[in-house]
Amino acid sequence: MLRLLQLEIYKIFKRPRTYISFAVITLIILLIQIGLKFGGKEYVGMIMSGMSGTFEIPPGDILNGYFICFFCLTMLLIHVPILVALIAGDMVSGEANMGTLRILVSKPVSRTRLLLVKFTASVFYTLLLLLWMALLSLIVSMLVFGTNSLFVPRELEANIISESDVLWRYFAAFGFAAVAMIMVAAMAFMFSVFADNSIGPIVGTVCVIIVFTILTQMQIPFYDETIKPYLFTTHMLGWKGFFYVKGIEGTTVDGSVENISSIVKSALILVGYAALFLLIAVWYFRKKNILT
Amino acid sequence: MWKFGIVFILSFPAVVKGQSPEELLRQVRLKLEKVNDYEASGKMKTNVVFIKTPIASVRVYYKKPNKLRINNESGISLIPKGAMNINVNNIFPDNAAFDIIDVGKENGTGLRIIKLLPRNDTAEVVLSTLYIDEQQFLIKKTKTTTKDNGTYELEMFYGKYIAYGLADKIIFSFNTKDYKLPKGVTFDYDDGNTKGKQQEADKVKNRKGKVEITYSSYIINKGVPDSVFR
Repeated sequence: MLRLLQLEIYKIFKRPRTYISFAVITLIILLIQIGLKFGGKEYVGMIMSGMSGTFEIPPGDILNGYFICFFCLTMLLIHVPILVALIAGDMVSGEANMGTLRILVSKPVSRTRLLLVKFTASVFYTLLLLLWMALLSLIVSMLVFGTNSLFVPRELEANIISESDVLWRYFAAFGFAAVAMIMVAAMAFMFSVFADNSIGPIVGTVCVIIVFTILTQMQIPFYDETIKPYLFTTHMLGWKGFFYVKGIEGTTVDGSVENISSIVKSALILVGYAALFLLIAVWYFRKKNILT
Repeated sequence: MWKFGIVFILSFPAVVKGQSPEELLRQVRLKLEKVNDYEASGKMKTNVVFIKTPIASVRVYYKKPNKLRINNESGISLIPKGAMNINVNNIFPDNAAFDIIDVGKENGTGLRIIKLLPRNDTAEVVLSTLYIDEQQFLIKKTKTTTKDNGTYELEMFYGKYIAYGLADKIIFSFNTKDYKLPKGVTFDYDDGNTKGKQQEADKVKNRKGKVEITYSSYIINKGVPDSVFR
Protein backbone atom coordinates (compact mmCIF):
# COMPACT_ATOMS: atom_id res chain seq x y z
CA MET A 1 0.00 0.00 0.00
CA LEU A 2 2.76 2.41 1.02
CA ARG A 3 4.80 1.36 -1.99
CA LEU A 4 1.81 2.12 -4.20
CA LEU A 5 1.39 5.52 -2.58
CA GLN A 6 5.08 6.31 -3.07
CA LEU A 7 4.70 5.34 -6.72
CA GLU A 8 1.69 7.61 -7.18
CA ILE A 9 3.44 10.53 -5.48
CA TYR A 10 6.49 9.87 -7.66
CA LYS A 11 4.27 9.97 -10.75
CA ILE A 12 2.78 13.31 -9.66
CA PHE A 13 6.12 14.96 -9.07
CA LYS A 14 7.63 13.51 -12.25
CA ARG A 15 5.18 15.50 -14.31
CA PRO A 16 6.32 19.04 -15.21
CA ARG A 17 2.76 20.39 -14.83
CA THR A 18 2.96 19.71 -11.10
CA TYR A 19 5.56 22.42 -10.76
CA ILE A 20 3.47 24.90 -12.72
CA SER A 21 1.24 25.26 -9.65
CA PHE A 22 4.16 25.93 -7.34
CA ALA A 23 5.60 28.42 -9.85
CA VAL A 24 2.25 30.20 -10.26
CA ILE A 25 1.80 30.52 -6.50
CA THR A 26 5.35 31.78 -6.09
CA LEU A 27 4.85 34.32 -8.86
CA ILE A 28 1.51 35.62 -7.54
CA ILE A 29 2.72 35.96 -3.95
CA LEU A 30 5.93 37.67 -5.04
CA LEU A 31 3.95 40.06 -7.24
CA ILE A 32 1.63 40.88 -4.32
CA GLN A 33 4.56 41.39 -1.96
CA ILE A 34 6.47 43.59 -4.43
CA GLY A 35 3.33 45.57 -5.26
CA LEU A 36 2.49 46.20 -1.61
CA LYS A 37 6.09 46.96 -0.72
CA PHE A 38 6.13 49.84 -3.19
CA GLY A 39 2.49 50.86 -3.42
CA GLY A 40 0.96 49.39 -0.29
CA LYS A 41 0.16 52.70 1.34
CA GLU A 42 -2.14 53.70 -1.54
CA TYR A 43 -3.84 50.31 -1.41
CA VAL A 44 -4.31 50.54 2.35
CA GLY A 45 -5.67 54.06 1.84
CA MET A 46 -8.29 52.60 -0.48
CA ILE A 47 -9.19 49.87 2.03
CA MET A 48 -9.37 52.44 4.81
CA SER A 49 -11.51 54.88 2.84
CA GLY A 50 -14.59 53.64 4.71
CA MET A 51 -13.06 54.79 7.99
CA SER A 52 -11.11 57.83 6.91
CA GLY A 53 -14.00 60.13 7.83
CA THR A 54 -13.80 59.05 11.46
CA PHE A 55 -10.22 57.97 12.13
CA GLU A 56 -6.70 58.79 11.20
CA ILE A 57 -4.81 55.56 10.75
CA PRO A 58 -1.19 55.51 9.57
CA PRO A 59 -1.07 53.04 6.65
CA GLY A 60 2.38 51.93 7.81
CA ASP A 61 0.84 50.39 10.93
CA ILE A 62 -1.52 48.26 8.89
CA LEU A 63 0.93 47.18 6.23
CA ASN A 64 2.72 44.33 7.98
CA GLY A 65 3.47 40.66 7.33
CA TYR A 66 0.21 39.43 8.82
CA PHE A 67 -1.88 41.80 6.69
CA ILE A 68 0.07 40.82 3.54
CA CYS A 69 -0.60 37.15 4.29
CA PHE A 70 -4.30 37.86 4.82
CA PHE A 71 -4.38 39.70 1.50
CA CYS A 72 -2.56 36.83 -0.27
CA LEU A 73 -4.97 34.26 1.13
CA THR A 74 -8.01 36.34 0.15
CA MET A 75 -6.71 36.59 -3.39
CA LEU A 76 -5.36 33.07 -3.71
CA LEU A 77 -7.73 30.73 -1.95
CA ILE A 78 -10.34 31.50 -4.58
CA HIS A 79 -7.94 30.51 -7.35
CA VAL A 80 -5.85 27.73 -5.81
CA PRO A 81 -8.67 25.23 -6.52
CA ILE A 82 -7.82 25.62 -10.20
CA LEU A 83 -4.25 24.55 -9.46
CA VAL A 84 -5.46 21.65 -7.36
CA ALA A 85 -7.70 20.54 -10.22
CA LEU A 86 -4.68 20.47 -12.55
CA ILE A 87 -3.35 17.42 -10.75
CA ALA A 88 -6.36 15.81 -9.11
CA GLY A 89 -8.33 15.99 -12.37
CA ASP A 90 -5.61 14.01 -14.10
CA MET A 91 -5.15 11.24 -11.56
CA VAL A 92 -7.33 8.60 -13.23
CA SER A 93 -8.22 10.14 -16.57
CA GLY A 94 -4.52 10.69 -17.29
CA GLU A 95 -3.88 6.97 -16.88
CA ALA A 96 -6.87 6.18 -19.11
CA ASN A 97 -5.62 8.62 -21.70
CA MET A 98 -2.12 7.10 -21.77
CA GLY A 99 -3.52 3.58 -21.76
CA THR A 100 -1.85 2.64 -18.48
CA LEU A 101 -5.10 2.31 -16.52
CA ARG A 102 -5.60 -1.29 -17.65
CA ILE A 103 -2.11 -2.26 -16.48
CA LEU A 104 -2.69 -0.50 -13.18
CA VAL A 105 -5.99 -2.24 -12.52
CA SER A 106 -4.54 -5.62 -13.43
CA LYS A 107 -2.28 -5.40 -10.35
CA PRO A 108 -3.26 -7.53 -7.36
CA VAL A 109 -4.82 -4.56 -5.59
CA SER A 110 -8.54 -3.88 -5.31
CA ARG A 111 -9.92 -1.04 -7.37
CA THR A 112 -11.17 0.70 -4.22
CA ARG A 113 -7.76 0.57 -2.61
CA LEU A 114 -6.11 1.71 -5.83
CA LEU A 115 -8.44 4.67 -6.04
CA LEU A 116 -7.95 5.60 -2.39
CA VAL A 117 -4.18 5.52 -2.86
CA LYS A 118 -4.46 7.78 -5.88
CA PHE A 119 -6.69 10.15 -3.94
CA THR A 120 -4.26 10.16 -1.00
CA ALA A 121 -1.48 11.08 -3.42
CA SER A 122 -3.49 14.05 -4.72
CA VAL A 123 -4.21 15.09 -1.11
CA PHE A 124 -0.47 14.95 -0.45
CA TYR A 125 0.12 17.26 -3.43
CA THR A 126 -2.65 19.60 -2.27
CA LEU A 127 -1.22 19.86 1.24
CA LEU A 128 2.27 20.45 -0.11
CA LEU A 129 0.92 23.25 -2.30
CA LEU A 130 -0.77 24.86 0.73
CA LEU A 131 2.37 24.48 2.79
CA TRP A 132 4.34 26.24 0.06
CA MET A 133 1.73 28.97 0.02
CA ALA A 134 1.92 29.34 3.80
CA LEU A 135 5.70 29.50 3.70
CA LEU A 136 5.73 32.24 1.07
CA SER A 137 2.71 34.28 2.13
CA LEU A 138 3.17 34.11 5.90
CA ILE A 139 6.81 33.42 6.73
CA VAL A 140 8.38 35.47 3.93
CA SER A 141 5.91 38.34 4.47
CA MET A 142 6.68 38.34 8.21
CA LEU A 143 10.40 38.52 7.41
CA VAL A 144 10.06 41.25 4.79
CA PHE A 145 7.31 43.41 6.30
CA GLY A 146 7.64 42.62 10.01
CA THR A 147 4.70 41.95 12.30
CA ASN A 148 2.12 44.09 14.06
CA SER A 149 -1.56 43.84 14.91
CA LEU A 150 -3.70 42.49 12.09
CA PHE A 151 -6.32 44.70 10.47
CA VAL A 152 -9.16 42.65 9.03
CA PRO A 153 -11.41 44.65 6.67
CA ARG A 154 -14.97 43.38 6.48
CA GLU A 155 -17.96 44.64 4.59
CA LEU A 156 -19.72 46.10 7.65
CA GLU A 157 -16.98 46.37 10.26
CA ALA A 158 -13.26 46.14 10.80
CA ASN A 159 -11.51 43.91 13.30
CA ILE A 160 -8.10 44.66 14.75
CA ILE A 161 -6.40 41.66 16.31
CA SER A 162 -3.46 41.97 18.72
CA GLU A 163 -0.13 40.79 17.34
CA SER A 164 0.12 38.07 19.98
CA ASP A 165 -3.30 36.71 19.02
CA VAL A 166 -2.74 36.33 15.28
CA LEU A 167 -0.43 33.40 14.58
CA TRP A 168 -2.68 30.61 15.92
CA ARG A 169 -5.47 31.99 13.71
CA TYR A 170 -3.28 31.46 10.65
CA PHE A 171 -2.57 27.85 11.66
CA ALA A 172 -6.30 27.30 12.07
CA ALA A 173 -7.05 29.10 8.78
CA PHE A 174 -4.52 26.99 6.86
CA GLY A 175 -6.00 23.89 8.47
CA PHE A 176 -9.45 24.92 7.29
CA ALA A 177 -8.08 25.78 3.83
CA ALA A 178 -6.60 22.29 3.67
CA VAL A 179 -10.08 20.80 4.23
CA ALA A 180 -11.51 23.06 1.52
CA MET A 181 -8.78 22.20 -0.98
CA ILE A 182 -9.10 18.47 -0.28
CA MET A 183 -12.77 18.83 -1.10
CA VAL A 184 -11.86 20.43 -4.43
CA ALA A 185 -9.34 17.65 -5.04
CA ALA A 186 -12.11 15.11 -4.36
CA MET A 187 -14.39 16.79 -6.89
CA ALA A 188 -11.71 16.96 -9.58
CA PHE A 189 -10.77 13.36 -8.76
CA MET A 190 -14.39 12.26 -9.19
CA PHE A 191 -14.59 13.97 -12.59
CA SER A 192 -11.30 12.29 -13.44
CA VAL A 193 -12.84 8.85 -12.85
CA PHE A 194 -15.68 9.66 -15.27
CA ALA A 195 -13.41 10.78 -18.12
CA ASP A 196 -10.82 9.25 -20.39
CA ASN A 197 -8.84 12.41 -20.98
CA SER A 198 -7.48 15.03 -18.59
CA ILE A 199 -8.89 18.16 -20.15
CA GLY A 200 -12.53 17.40 -19.34
CA PRO A 201 -12.15 16.90 -15.56
CA ILE A 202 -9.82 19.88 -15.16
CA VAL A 203 -11.98 22.25 -17.18
CA GLY A 204 -15.15 20.82 -15.58
CA THR A 205 -13.80 21.46 -12.07
CA VAL A 206 -12.69 24.96 -12.99
CA CYS A 207 -16.09 25.75 -14.53
CA VAL A 208 -17.99 24.52 -11.46
CA ILE A 209 -15.74 26.61 -9.20
CA ILE A 210 -16.15 29.73 -11.34
CA VAL A 211 -19.95 29.44 -11.49
CA PHE A 212 -20.25 28.70 -7.76
CA THR A 213 -17.85 31.51 -6.81
CA ILE A 214 -19.85 34.00 -8.85
CA LEU A 215 -23.06 32.81 -7.19
CA THR A 216 -21.41 33.12 -3.78
CA GLN A 217 -20.26 36.67 -4.40
CA MET A 218 -23.47 37.90 -6.06
CA GLN A 219 -25.62 39.75 -3.57
CA ILE A 220 -28.97 38.73 -4.99
CA PRO A 221 -31.43 37.96 -2.17
CA PHE A 222 -33.06 35.09 -4.08
CA TYR A 223 -29.76 33.18 -4.21
CA ASP A 224 -28.84 34.20 -0.64
CA GLU A 225 -31.78 32.25 0.70
CA THR A 226 -32.00 29.35 -1.72
CA ILE A 227 -28.70 28.31 -3.26
CA LYS A 228 -25.86 29.95 -1.36
CA PRO A 229 -26.11 27.94 1.88
CA TYR A 230 -25.53 24.74 -0.12
CA LEU A 231 -22.66 25.89 -2.32
CA PHE A 232 -19.29 24.60 -1.22
CA THR A 233 -17.71 27.88 -2.38
CA THR A 234 -19.73 29.68 0.34
CA HIS A 235 -18.19 27.42 2.96
CA MET A 236 -14.70 27.49 1.46
CA LEU A 237 -14.39 31.05 2.79
CA GLY A 238 -14.76 29.66 6.31
CA TRP A 239 -11.03 30.14 6.97
CA LYS A 240 -11.83 33.83 7.33
CA GLY A 241 -14.06 33.08 10.28
CA PHE A 242 -10.95 32.58 12.40
CA PHE A 243 -10.18 36.27 11.88
CA TYR A 244 -13.62 37.47 12.93
CA VAL A 245 -13.34 38.21 16.63
CA LYS A 246 -15.82 38.82 19.42
CA GLY A 247 -15.99 42.28 20.91
CA ILE A 248 -17.25 43.74 24.17
CA GLU A 249 -18.10 47.44 23.82
CA GLY A 250 -15.78 47.70 20.85
CA THR A 251 -12.87 45.92 22.53
CA THR A 252 -11.67 42.69 20.97
CA VAL A 253 -11.65 39.60 23.11
CA ASP A 254 -8.27 37.92 22.64
CA GLY A 255 -8.46 34.30 21.57
CA SER A 256 -12.13 34.56 20.63
CA VAL A 257 -13.85 33.63 17.38
CA GLU A 258 -17.12 35.36 16.52
CA ASN A 259 -19.00 32.23 15.49
CA ILE A 260 -17.02 29.02 15.85
CA SER A 261 -20.08 26.83 15.32
CA SER A 262 -20.55 28.34 11.87
CA ILE A 263 -16.94 27.48 10.99
CA VAL A 264 -17.35 23.93 12.27
CA LYS A 265 -20.58 23.63 10.25
CA SER A 266 -18.80 24.86 7.11
CA ALA A 267 -15.92 22.43 7.69
CA LEU A 268 -18.36 19.54 8.16
CA ILE A 269 -20.20 20.48 4.97
CA LEU A 270 -16.91 20.50 3.08
CA VAL A 271 -15.92 17.13 4.56
CA GLY A 272 -19.36 15.85 3.61
CA TYR A 273 -18.94 17.01 0.01
CA ALA A 274 -15.44 15.47 -0.15
CA ALA A 275 -16.74 12.14 1.19
CA LEU A 276 -19.66 12.22 -1.23
CA PHE A 277 -17.43 12.91 -4.23
CA LEU A 278 -15.01 10.19 -3.17
CA LEU A 279 -17.79 7.67 -2.65
CA ILE A 280 -19.24 8.42 -6.08
CA ALA A 281 -15.76 8.06 -7.57
CA VAL A 282 -15.22 4.67 -5.88
CA TRP A 283 -18.68 3.44 -6.80
CA TYR A 284 -18.21 4.44 -10.44
CA PHE A 285 -14.64 3.18 -10.69
CA ARG A 286 -15.54 -0.22 -9.29
CA LYS A 287 -17.94 -0.84 -12.16
CA LYS A 288 -16.05 1.12 -14.79
CA ASN A 289 -15.35 -0.73 -18.00
CA ILE A 290 -11.66 -0.28 -18.63
CA LEU A 291 -11.48 -2.51 -21.66
CA THR A 292 -12.95 -0.01 -24.05
CA MET B 1 1.62 90.44 55.50
CA TRP B 2 -1.56 91.10 57.53
CA LYS B 3 -2.72 93.52 54.78
CA PHE B 4 -2.30 90.77 52.20
CA GLY B 5 -4.32 88.43 54.41
CA ILE B 6 -7.20 90.93 54.69
CA VAL B 7 -7.24 91.49 50.92
CA PHE B 8 -7.32 87.73 50.35
CA ILE B 9 -10.18 87.17 52.84
CA LEU B 10 -12.18 90.03 51.36
CA SER B 11 -11.73 88.89 47.82
CA PHE B 12 -12.44 85.16 48.48
CA PRO B 13 -16.25 85.32 48.20
CA ALA B 14 -15.87 87.10 44.86
CA VAL B 15 -13.72 84.28 43.65
CA VAL B 16 -16.15 81.61 44.72
CA LYS B 17 -19.29 83.14 43.30
CA GLY B 18 -20.29 85.77 40.90
CA GLN B 19 -17.15 85.80 38.84
CA SER B 20 -17.44 87.19 35.35
CA PRO B 21 -17.01 84.51 32.69
CA GLU B 22 -13.91 86.31 31.41
CA GLU B 23 -12.37 86.17 34.87
CA LEU B 24 -13.31 82.52 35.29
CA LEU B 25 -11.72 81.65 31.97
CA ARG B 26 -8.64 83.62 32.94
CA GLN B 27 -8.34 81.62 36.16
CA VAL B 28 -8.81 78.35 34.29
CA ARG B 29 -6.18 79.37 31.80
CA LEU B 30 -3.80 80.35 34.58
CA LYS B 31 -4.01 76.81 35.88
CA LEU B 32 -3.54 75.28 32.47
CA GLU B 33 -0.60 77.55 31.72
CA LYS B 34 1.41 75.90 34.45
CA VAL B 35 1.93 73.13 31.93
CA ASN B 36 4.36 73.90 29.12
CA ASP B 37 4.57 70.32 27.95
CA TYR B 38 3.84 66.81 29.08
CA GLU B 39 4.30 63.22 28.16
CA ALA B 40 1.59 60.95 29.51
CA SER B 41 1.20 57.18 29.47
CA GLY B 42 -2.16 55.52 29.51
CA LYS B 43 -4.58 52.95 28.18
CA MET B 44 -6.92 53.85 25.35
CA LYS B 45 -10.22 52.07 24.83
CA THR B 46 -12.11 52.68 21.61
CA ASN B 47 -15.82 52.06 21.37
CA VAL B 48 -17.11 52.55 17.84
CA VAL B 49 -19.88 50.39 16.44
CA PHE B 50 -18.03 49.30 13.30
CA ILE B 51 -14.67 48.53 14.89
CA LYS B 52 -13.41 45.92 17.27
CA THR B 53 -9.97 46.79 18.53
CA PRO B 54 -7.80 45.84 21.51
CA ILE B 55 -7.20 48.25 24.39
CA ALA B 56 -4.10 50.18 23.36
CA SER B 57 -1.17 51.37 25.43
CA VAL B 58 -0.71 54.96 24.37
CA ARG B 59 1.71 57.77 24.97
CA VAL B 60 0.27 61.27 24.67
CA TYR B 61 2.58 64.20 24.01
CA TYR B 62 1.64 67.85 24.41
CA LYS B 63 3.61 71.02 23.89
CA LYS B 64 2.47 74.62 24.08
CA PRO B 65 0.68 76.23 22.40
CA ASN B 66 -1.31 73.47 20.67
CA LYS B 67 0.86 70.55 19.66
CA LEU B 68 -0.61 67.19 20.57
CA ARG B 69 0.18 63.67 19.49
CA ILE B 70 -1.15 60.31 20.54
CA ASN B 71 1.16 57.37 19.82
CA ASN B 72 0.13 53.78 20.15
CA GLU B 73 3.08 52.00 21.75
CA SER B 74 2.29 48.75 19.97
CA GLY B 75 -0.29 47.81 17.40
CA ILE B 76 -2.33 49.93 15.05
CA SER B 77 -2.91 53.57 16.01
CA LEU B 78 -6.60 54.26 15.73
CA ILE B 79 -6.88 57.95 16.50
CA PRO B 80 -10.25 59.65 16.03
CA LYS B 81 -10.32 62.80 13.96
CA GLY B 82 -10.62 65.79 16.21
CA ALA B 83 -8.54 64.13 18.91
CA MET B 84 -6.69 67.46 19.21
CA ASN B 85 -9.65 68.47 21.31
CA ILE B 86 -8.68 66.13 24.12
CA ASN B 87 -6.46 69.00 25.20
CA VAL B 88 -8.58 71.85 26.48
CA ASN B 89 -5.86 74.36 25.59
CA ASN B 90 -6.78 73.70 21.99
CA ILE B 91 -10.41 74.58 22.59
CA PHE B 92 -9.90 78.15 23.72
CA PRO B 93 -6.39 79.28 22.86
CA ASP B 94 -7.21 82.98 23.12
CA ASN B 95 -10.10 84.87 24.78
CA ALA B 96 -9.96 87.60 22.16
CA ALA B 97 -10.90 85.15 19.43
CA PHE B 98 -14.31 84.43 20.99
CA ASP B 99 -17.51 86.06 22.10
CA ILE B 100 -18.20 84.69 25.55
CA ILE B 101 -21.75 83.85 26.65
CA ASP B 102 -22.49 83.03 30.28
CA VAL B 103 -25.32 80.51 30.40
CA GLY B 104 -25.39 80.08 34.17
CA LYS B 105 -25.16 76.89 36.13
CA GLU B 106 -26.01 73.35 35.10
CA ASN B 107 -28.78 71.80 37.14
CA GLY B 108 -27.58 69.05 39.40
CA THR B 109 -23.85 69.45 39.01
CA GLY B 110 -23.68 73.20 39.63
CA LEU B 111 -21.04 73.51 36.92
CA ARG B 112 -20.84 76.92 35.28
CA ILE B 113 -21.70 76.78 31.60
CA ILE B 114 -19.85 79.12 29.29
CA LYS B 115 -20.29 79.20 25.57
CA LEU B 116 -17.56 80.41 23.22
CA LEU B 117 -18.53 81.72 19.82
CA PRO B 118 -15.60 82.19 17.44
CA ARG B 119 -15.41 85.66 15.93
CA ASN B 120 -13.79 84.29 12.81
CA ASP B 121 -16.57 83.26 10.41
CA THR B 122 -14.33 80.81 8.61
CA ALA B 123 -13.21 78.94 11.72
CA GLU B 124 -13.83 75.17 11.73
CA VAL B 125 -15.27 75.38 15.25
CA VAL B 126 -18.77 76.85 15.32
CA LEU B 127 -19.43 76.72 19.04
CA SER B 128 -17.67 75.49 22.17
CA THR B 129 -19.45 74.92 25.46
CA LEU B 130 -17.40 74.60 28.62
CA TYR B 131 -18.67 73.17 31.89
CA ILE B 132 -16.44 74.63 34.60
CA ASP B 133 -15.98 73.83 38.26
CA GLU B 134 -15.80 77.36 39.66
CA GLN B 135 -14.24 76.38 42.96
CA GLN B 136 -11.30 74.52 41.46
CA PHE B 137 -11.07 76.37 38.15
CA LEU B 138 -11.30 73.10 36.27
CA ILE B 139 -13.01 72.31 33.02
CA LYS B 140 -15.03 69.16 33.64
CA LYS B 141 -16.75 68.83 30.31
CA THR B 142 -16.67 70.43 26.86
CA LYS B 143 -18.83 70.25 23.78
CA THR B 144 -17.36 71.45 20.51
CA THR B 145 -19.50 71.80 17.42
CA THR B 146 -17.61 71.92 14.14
CA LYS B 147 -18.60 72.77 10.60
CA ASP B 148 -17.60 69.52 8.94
CA ASN B 149 -16.95 66.93 11.63
CA GLY B 150 -19.99 67.05 13.85
CA THR B 151 -19.85 67.51 17.59
CA TYR B 152 -17.08 66.43 19.93
CA GLU B 153 -17.66 65.96 23.63
CA LEU B 154 -14.96 65.68 26.23
CA GLU B 155 -15.44 64.63 29.82
CA MET B 156 -12.56 64.86 32.26
CA PHE B 157 -12.06 63.17 35.59
CA TYR B 158 -9.35 64.57 37.82
CA GLY B 159 -7.14 62.98 40.42
CA LYS B 160 -3.40 63.08 41.06
CA TYR B 161 -2.63 65.85 38.57
CA ILE B 162 -5.50 68.17 39.47
CA ALA B 163 -3.07 70.97 40.40
CA TYR B 164 -2.01 71.20 36.75
CA GLY B 165 -5.54 70.88 35.39
CA LEU B 166 -4.62 67.54 33.87
CA ALA B 167 -7.16 64.74 33.94
CA ASP B 168 -6.57 61.16 35.09
CA LYS B 169 -9.24 59.95 32.74
CA ILE B 170 -10.91 61.44 29.72
CA ILE B 171 -13.87 60.31 27.66
CA PHE B 172 -13.88 61.72 24.17
CA SER B 173 -17.08 61.30 22.15
CA PHE B 174 -17.37 62.02 18.45
CA ASN B 175 -19.70 61.50 15.52
CA THR B 176 -18.89 58.47 13.42
CA LYS B 177 -19.32 58.44 9.68
CA ASP B 178 -20.74 55.46 7.78
CA TYR B 179 -18.45 52.52 7.23
CA LYS B 180 -18.95 50.08 4.43
CA LEU B 181 -16.60 48.24 2.13
CA PRO B 182 -17.72 46.57 -1.08
CA LYS B 183 -17.96 42.82 -0.62
CA GLY B 184 -15.94 42.40 -3.83
CA VAL B 185 -12.96 43.81 -1.94
CA THR B 186 -13.40 41.81 1.22
CA PHE B 187 -14.81 38.45 -0.02
CA ASP B 188 -16.56 38.13 3.34
CA TYR B 189 -17.41 34.81 4.92
CA ASP B 190 -21.02 34.77 6.08
CA ASP B 191 -20.72 33.30 9.56
CA GLY B 192 -24.39 33.79 10.25
CA ASN B 193 -24.02 37.25 11.75
CA THR B 194 -24.02 39.29 8.55
CA LYS B 195 -27.76 39.97 8.50
CA GLY B 196 -27.79 41.17 12.10
CA LYS B 197 -24.78 43.36 11.50
CA GLN B 198 -26.42 44.90 8.41
CA GLN B 199 -29.53 45.79 10.42
CA GLU B 200 -27.35 47.15 13.23
CA ALA B 201 -25.29 49.19 10.78
CA ASP B 202 -28.44 50.68 9.24
CA LYS B 203 -29.72 51.63 12.70
CA VAL B 204 -26.57 53.28 13.96
CA LYS B 205 -25.70 55.59 11.11
CA ASN B 206 -24.16 58.81 12.45
CA ARG B 207 -24.01 57.42 15.95
CA LYS B 208 -21.48 58.50 18.55
CA GLY B 209 -18.13 56.84 18.94
CA LYS B 210 -16.22 56.99 22.18
CA VAL B 211 -12.58 56.91 23.18
CA GLU B 212 -11.56 56.55 26.81
CA ILE B 213 -8.01 57.30 27.89
CA THR B 214 -7.02 56.41 31.44
CA TYR B 215 -3.69 58.00 32.26
CA SER B 216 -1.31 56.22 34.57
CA SER B 217 1.39 58.89 34.72
CA TYR B 218 2.39 62.33 33.45
CA ILE B 219 5.87 63.75 33.01
CA ILE B 220 5.22 67.48 33.21
CA ASN B 221 7.45 70.33 32.03
CA LYS B 222 10.48 68.15 31.36
CA GLY B 223 10.60 69.08 27.69
CA VAL B 224 9.19 67.25 24.66
CA PRO B 225 11.21 67.39 21.40
CA ASP B 226 9.44 68.81 18.35
CA SER B 227 10.39 65.71 16.40
CA VAL B 228 7.69 63.78 18.32
CA PHE B 229 4.96 65.81 16.61
CA ARG B 230 6.14 65.21 13.06
